[in-house]
Amino acid sequence: MSENSMRTNLGRVRGLGSAKEGVHHWWMQRLTAIALVPLILWFVASLAGLAGAGHTETVEWLGSPLVAIAMILMVVATLYHAALGVQVVIEDYVHHEGLKFFWLIAVKFIFLIFGMAAVFSLLKLAL
Amino acid sequence: MSGSNRPMSPHLQVYRPQLTSVLSITHRATGVGLAMGTVFLVWWVMAAAAGPDYFAYVKNIMSSWVGLLILLGFSWAVFFHLCNGIRHLFWDAGYGFELETAYKSGWVTLVGSAALTAIAWAFGLSR
Repeated sequence: MSENSMRTNLGRVRGLGSAKEGVHHWWMQRLTAIALVPLILWFVASLAGLAGAGHTETVEWLGSPLVAIAMILMVVATLYHAALGVQVVIEDYVHHEGLKFFWLIAVKFIFLIFGMAAVFSLLKLAL
Repeated sequence: MSGSNRPMSPHLQVYRPQLTSVLSITHRATGVGLAMGTVFLVWWVMAAAAGPDYFAYVKNIMSSWVGLLILLGFSWAVFFHLCNGIRHLFWDAGYGFELETAYKSGWVTLVGSAALTAIAWAFGLSR
């Protein structure tokens, strides 16, 4: 740290930078990525196993507690990971301030609604 | 400002594509595609919760040849993003930056994602 730095000691210790959120976005993207490695492998393998399954078989599978828990974890981690990723893409490519603001908010809302819809459906099937 | 001799950041139109840059942009493209594709995941779960009739309707759409083609694309995108994502996690941990290693892991990502897609579909279609 140069002696000419304008940063205060407190600012440096907090390590949050000018955006005031530090590495939170970056870290959550990695945490969800690590969680999704086993969850997605399990989900795709299960989907392949369910290929052509009708309603009865699908609902029976989704209704078992372990599957329901893993599905909710998978869906939440996926949508969180997607929201963080799409946010960066919007920040990179949408240069009109108003449009950028609109899309950043819209994407958060869309993924939140997706998550609520999926979790509600999964709970309905499991309970 | 006389900036004529300064190094320029690469312009995509005149920059020769390399495995590393192509995989990088493919990672982002598959990420955006998969984020949009979460609508199918949510739709499928909601259809299961909605009941047998609506589930059969959605199943018919997804098992049409257009639906299967879309699912084939999604499954490859999932495996590519997963393999390349693991490659990114190794980079985050500080490993694999040597040019030779970066190219090797790139080819592993390409071949691995194709192989995993083939295995998943062979498993699903054999059911």
